Amino acid sequence: MHPAVSIILFTVLSGAGFGLLALLGTGAAGRPAGWAAFVPFALGLGLAGAGLVASAFHLGRPERALRAFTQWRTSWLSREAVLAAATFAVVVPNAAASVLLARPLPGLGWAGAVLAVATVGSTAMIYAQMRTVPRWRHWTTLAVFLAAAAAGGTLLAGLRWPALAALGLLGIALAAHWRAGDRPLGRAGQDAGTATGLGALGRVRPLSPAHTGGSYVLKEMVHVVGRRHARRLRLLAFLLAVVLPAALVAPGWGGWLAFAIAAPLHLGGMLAARWLFFAEAEHVVGLYYGRG
Amino acid sequence: MGRAPDLAPRIADEVRRTTCYMCACRCGIEVHVKDGQVRHIEGNRDHPVNRGVLCAKGSAGVMQHNSPARLRAPLLRTGPRGSGEFREISWDEALATATAWLQPLRATAPEKLAFFTGRDQSQGLTGWWAQMFGTPNYAAHGGFCSVNMAAAGIYTLGGAFWEFGATDWERTRLLVMFGVAEDHDSNPIKIGLGKLKARGARVIAVNPVRTGYAAVADDWIAITPGTDGLLILALAQELLRAGRIDLDYLARFTDAGILIDAREGPTRGLYLRDAEGRPLVIDRRTGAPAPWEAPGVAPDLARGLAEDGVEHLPVFRHLALRLLDPAHAPEAVAARCGVPAERIRALAAELAAAAFEAPVVLPWPWTDFRGERHAAMVGRPVSFHAMRGISAHSNGFQTARALHVLQCLLGAVETPGGFRFKPPCPRPAAAQPRPHGARGPGQPLAGPPLGFPLGPDDLLVDAEGRPQRIDKAFSWEAPLAVHGLMHMVIANAHAGDPYPVDTLFLYMANMAWNSSMNTAGTMRMLADRRPDGEYVIPRIICADAYSSEMVAYADLVLPDTTYLERHDCISLLDRPISEPDAMADAIRWPVVAPDRPGHAGVRPFQSVLLDLGARLGLPGMVAADGSPRYRDYADYIVNHERRPGIGPLAGWRGDGTARGRGAPNPGQLDRYIAAGGFWQAHVPEEAAFFKPWNRAWQDWATAMGLQDRPNPYPFALWVEPLRRFQLAAEGHGPRQPPEHLRARIRACLDPLPFWPPALEEAAVDAAAFPLHALTQRPMAMYHSWGSQNAWLRQIHGENLLFLPEAVWRQGGFAPGDWAVVTSPSGSITVPVAPMAAQNAATVWTWNAIGKRAGAWALDPAAPEATRGFLLNHLIGELLPDQGDGRRWANSDPVTGQAAWFDLRVRVERAGPDARLQPAFAPQSSPVGRGPAVVRHGGLWR
Amino acid sequence: MTALPGRTEKSLGLVIDLDTCVGCQACAVSCKEWNSASGSHAPLADLDAYGAAPAGTFLNRVHSFEVTPPEGPAVVVHFPRSCLHCADAPCVTVCPTGASYKRAEDGIVLVDEAACIGCGLCAWACPYGARELDGAERVMKKCTLCVDRIYNDALPEADRVPACVKACPTGARHFGDLADPGSAVSRLVAARGGFDLMPEQGTRPVNKYLPPRPRGPSGQAPLEPLAAAAPGGFLGWLDRALDRL
Ligand SMILES: Nc1nc2c(c(=O)[nH]1)N[C@H]1C(S)=C(S)[C@@H](COP(=O)(O)OP(=O)(O)OC[C@H]3O[C@@H](n4cnc5c(=O)[nH]c(N)nc54)[C@H](O)[C@@H]3O)O[C@H]1N2
Ligand SMILES: Nc1nc2c(c(=O)[nH]1)N[C@H]1C(S)=C(S)[C@@H](COP(=O)(O)OP(=O)(O)OC[C@H]3O[C@@H](n4cnc5c(=O)[nH]c(N)nc54)[C@H](O)[C@@H]3O)O[C@H]1N2
Ligand code: SF4
Ligand code: SF4
Ligand code: SF4
Ligand code: SF4
Ligand code: SF4
Ligand SMILES: [Mo]
Repeated sequence: MHPAVSIILFTVLSGAGFGLLALLGTGAAGRPAGWAAFVPFALGLGLAGAGLVASAFHLGRPERALRAFTQWRTSWLSREAVLAAATFAVVVPNAAASVLLARPLPGLGWAGAVLAVATVGSTAMIYAQMRTVPRWRHWTTLAVFLAAAAAGGTLLAGLRWPALAALGLLGIALAAHWRAGDRPLGRAGQDAGTATGLGALGRVRPLSPAHTGGSYVLKEMVHVVGRRHARRLRLLAFLLAVVLPAALVAPGWGGWLAFAIAAPLHLGGMLAARWLFFAEAEHVVGLYYGRG
Repeated sequence: MGRAPDLAPRIADEVRRTTCYMCACRCGIEVHVKDGQVRHIEGNRDHPVNRGVLCAKGSAGVMQHNSPARLRAPLLRTGPRGSGEFREISWDEALATATAWLQPLRATAPEKLAFFTGRDQSQGLTGWWAQMFGTPNYAAHGGFCSVNMAAAGIYTLGGAFWEFGATDWERTRLLVMFGVAEDHDSNPIKIGLGKLKARGARVIAVNPVRTGYAAVADDWIAITPGTDGLLILALAQELLRAGRIDLDYLARFTDAGILIDAREGPTRGLYLRDAEGRPLVIDRRTGAPAPWEAPGVAPDLARGLAEDGVEHLPVFRHLALRLLDPAHAPEAVAARCGVPAERIRALAAELAAAAFEAPVVLPWPWTDFRGERHAAMVGRPVSFHAMRGISAHSNGFQTARALHVLQCLLGAVETPGGFRFKPPCPRPAAAQPRPHGARGPGQPLAGPPLGFPLGPDDLLVDAEGRPQRIDKAFSWEAPLAVHGLMHMVIANAHAGDPYPVDTLFLYMANMAWNSSMNTAGTMRMLADRRPDGEYVIPRIICADAYSSEMVAYADLVLPDTTYLERHDCISLLDRPISEPDAMADAIRWPVVAPDRPGHAGVRPFQSVLLDLGARLGLPGMVAADGSPRYRDYADYIVNHERRPGIGPLAGWRGDGTARGRGAPNPGQLDRYIAAGGFWQAHVPEEAAFFKPWNRAWQDWATAMGLQDRPNPYPFALWVEPLRRFQLAAEGHGPRQPPEHLRARIRACLDPLPFWPPALEEAAVDAAAFPLHALTQRPMAMYHSWGSQNAWLRQIHGENLLFLPEAVWRQGGFAPGDWAVVTSPSGSITVPVAPMAAQNAATVWTWNAIGKRAGAWALDPAAPEATRGFLLNHLIGELLPDQGDGRRWANSDPVTGQAAWFDLRVRVERAGPDARLQPAFAPQSSPVGRGPAVVRHGGLWR
Repeated sequence: MTALPGRTEKSLGLVIDLDTCVGCQACAVSCKEWNSASGSHAPLADLDAYGAAPAGTFLNRVHSFEVTPPEGPAVVVHFPRSCLHCADAPCVTVCPTGASYKRAEDGIVLVDEAACIGCGLCAWACPYGARELDGAERVMKKCTLCVDRIYNDALPEADRVPACVKACPTGARHFGDLADPGSAVSRLVAARGGFDLMPEQGTRPVNKYLPPRPRGPSGQAPLEPLAAAAPGGFLGWLDRALDRL
């Protein structure tokens, strides 16, 4: 799949933002009040909001974005939109109360936490539901998105042990996602033969493409990354997103400076991991084009 | 729920029905016009050619019509030839310039004008214009296209594949296609194949490559290029050896029973004739000689006539001897053809079974030319189709001959289920015109420049045997060059051989690119200068509608309209659109007005040609008072008469009720327009088959003006005109071939089909050039035109050379690789891909995808110029020197047909930084560049 | 609403005969033309139309595949690919706006371009690459089954078929109601073993593909030469055969 910058930014930033908001809502990061609450709430809302704004850039018709709220009964994207909006609707009053009135509202906080997690979950489900992309249609997609939100949130919140736990889970989830995804389409029993229904006749191979010119499908769905390139990038992503942040916040080190370095490193690593999440994902339509 | 779309949009103010131009198939189209603009084009369901269907090119016609490469004004060259630098001039200046160039030529030496017209659909006019100008140097593209097929068909049967004949799609049970990728008859063949598929009839493709029609064929014979003749002769031998031939048909309708003169002397090998010139057969009823056509005669195919110590044998005996030659046994040909002997045997058996086990019987009584009444029409449901795959080889004429003889052996021509003529055919060579040479200053030719020679007397050579035509057509080098040799014009004009010309006048032929052999050499010749700085070819006028590669080499460009902006005439006098059951012709008419705002504008070429003719005072083009005889082409179409009562269009003549013959009708074009752009007259049932021998047909064709009198004739298994050339080569007659051609004429102009290896094959070292290299027409592209089409160029914007899998493996190729491809005459570097479904000794690519950078209003970095390529750079118009100090033309020695497909190459993997070779300097574009975004239809929302 | 209608009154769709398709691209181009010109939807744009990297929207693309059987020569199969108007169309259910929908009356899957936000999700969800986001209009495009032709009373009755079906010169494309077992298309599917593309995707396509028929020699026994049997060899046979005429 084409790794669109807007979507990569959106999913990584909003994931971390919603993670932080969830922690703030549950009180896991304490219940800061007054100006002490400003920074964490602003960070959480800012990241989540920036991510949502970035996602609008992915739309062909951003001016119609409001329509995306209508189909929550069937569409995970619509659910995500509704949940994200609901999260904001709940978190913003809590944030306002916490900062302006110095009176956190735990009820709203908890509700916001649940909604934030659900938002991240539905973002993940947009991808995890896609039968067309075997690499995504796997529990590890949900796991990666949730663990990344947790890791991002805990790092931003400066919570050492939860952060270490979340990073550990993220590490496992990422590794599992990569391992599971590395079954090529062929191992899922799919190839040009099954895609065309001609497999029973013999080995099927595209002779010439349907068109020599470009197309949306080719650009969006039939993106190819070099294997070596991907391996190196995975290593880098894993180091940045998991290993280095964990090392930085591990006991013996730490302090706010460590978190201040670890959090951006982690986000950088997640951007790389998310790039791979898209770039490595093969869409079954590629079978018609000799990919997969 | 989404908002429902408009389920019934009204898309047009008016639907105008005219004729497609994107290829020579000439389908009927419905042009939906809104606000004076072309909105949508679809097929005309009533049209006899396409019956509503439309190919990719036809559907993309709107993008062709709106192409940014359209010329906008006459152009006068300002930069050097080939640069593409021009200034726009007025039509007055353009016409005055052309007149000033041509007038002195006509007054002194009209042959110094070489007028060649590409895939011209108005040869009735252009040929007549050349005749009136007085230059024999006229031809269209047929010589480099399919003249082998046309000539072999006409000389053997009196009609050829494509425009002059078709498979009986309704009734055939087995169709064998030799070397057809797309054909001119594109939609009818596809419609026909669809019918066969629906009926479960069998289709067999003989083709080195299994794509397109060959891909859907039920069976595929992966023949080695250039060897079809051998395969066909082996099939014929099998049939003969098993006695599975249609003797009755051969005896009645072909020359099989005609006696061949066996006396030494100038008549040896010609038909034995009686005092009235009628060919003689032995009548089986009497055992005595009798004229072939006499009532009741039953020609004997076995017995000869012993006379004066020699025995005149019937043609069939000669043919049998030839066919039964052990050299034509399946085993003997298998290796060369790349087809196992048992496959050849099985194919012969399939032919025999299809032909003889279930004849088609139509209960339609008919009367033959001998007066015999037949209760039914009985036919052989086996048919063949062939095109350039056998035509574009230097042995193509004899190969096509062999195929027609095979059809005759099976009794499958003009019988139900077989191959059928389309009106105006049948029309044998003898009933066609002869070629005509120049008659001197200011004189028109005595007849049309092109024709069908019947012997050396009809050649256009001077007393020393030197060619009279610039392309050497109708000379000893190409005696039956019935379509001329367009591919030799530039090379010969450049060499001044046989003489220099002054003005090269080209109409819709991209000679500086894909229609030339040795393209780079051709470009050099066009731009070559003499020591005094003058161009070797002093003047080039080019009539084109688009900014092609050829336009860049013109001194004067006459911009044509698009096909939707002009009148055209698809005439029975030229290449009609008839189908076997109907004689038909058609028109184009301006369904939209030409507009090139801000520029001098474009004019229909045919009208310009008539205007030029009038300015030059050409006979027939000026009235008595010297004023133009015709206002424009439309006026000519309606009022010109070839013979009294016979004009370009056959429909609605006279008072509007006359068909075929009749006085000009001023309202004729309106009738055509009202009728959908075409006219047809259905062939009566009684005349539907056996046409050459069917009285009902002969009478109908005469009444319809297709011929002046009934003209039954036998199919020619033995082609007498060929034998006349052989006789000359044997020393008979006053006209003698030059010594260096004597042996070749003797060998090649054999009156019976035979298989000589392709000339290039014989001339090159097979070890150095082990592979055959071919091109195929992509169905969605028309030569170079398609690339200016924003839609079609997305389908074929670049091409690959397909290598057989073994070559791929042995060459160490990997996906994405490029290869250096070398032939005896050049080398190219191109992208390659592997393919299994092709002959193991053959590489191939799509034709004419590559473009010169800067042409066609495309970005010079367009894929067509950076990854698209031509094989033409590898093909020489001359063969390598054979040590005799001569460079023979790379053409069929009988017809001069360009031997595109004789090409031999070797293929080596190119280095990692390979780029397309050869690369040419970009030409500048006299029309600018196309827009970045195209949204056809955006207008109407 | 992007919920799928449980059942549709009809299931209009195409049957594409891979035995007959010659790969001519007529369907692809006529589709492009009609769907640009009809005006019912935004035109299908072409970007960099005359440039170095042209890319445009097509609703139908024709591939060529080479199939190499374990034995015998390879075959080439031309393979048109467009929307299959799936019964369980994932492209519809993923759509966040309701712009994608399946019509209850005839099963045609459409996009309401005025409601589409161009998120691309439906295209991701489609296994067949049948949806293309238009480069200029920035909304999702797909085969409409020519819904603006098949019910269009401004067209002659015979022309109320999809543009690709009308154009297809070989008749390899058939249009009809696949929910009606008695329809010509349903009977064709039954007779020729029509199949679904990627059944494992669970989309239950309406469109069906007909497989190529077996290719190869007919198995005809070679002809018996008469020379051996016929006294007098070929000439003897000829003489007797002529007598029988
Ligand atoms: N779409 C489209 N249609 C066209 C044209 C076009 O450019 N585009 N051009 C028109 C013109 S001008 C012409 S002349 C016709 C030509 O129409 P075709 O005769 O179909 O011409 P080609 O595409 O050259 O195809 C030649 C075929 O012969 C095969 N072949 C080559 N050598 C041999 C051989 O030795 N033996 C056998 N058996 N087969 C062989 C090739 O593999 C190929 O399939 O098409 C016309 N129609
Ligand atoms: N390698 C290889 N080369 C081949 C062949 C092959 O099989 N292999 N085939 C050969 C054959 S058979 C042929 S016929 C030739 C074809 O080659 P060409 O006849 O040269 O074909 P086009 O490239 O279509 O060029 C025709 C010219 O007509 C112009 N034109 C188009 N429409 C109009 C119009 O309405 N009016 C005017 N005045 N001009 C117009 C175009 O702009 C173009 O410049 O190619 C030959 N070349
Ligand atoms: S075959 Fe295609 S391009 Fe040729 S005339 Fe017919 S519709 Fe036009
Ligand atoms: S083919 Fe694709 S676009 Fe069409 S209905 Fe099925 S899933 Fe949707
Ligand atoms: S691109 Fe349009 S039709 Fe497709 S899912 Fe998004 S909103 Fe729906
Ligand atoms: S049905 Fe209409 S929209 Fe669909 S592929 Fe055919 S022409 Fe295109
Ligand atoms: S129009 Fe018909 S034959 Fe041509 S590619 Fe499409 S389906 Fe195949
Ligand atoms: Mo041609």
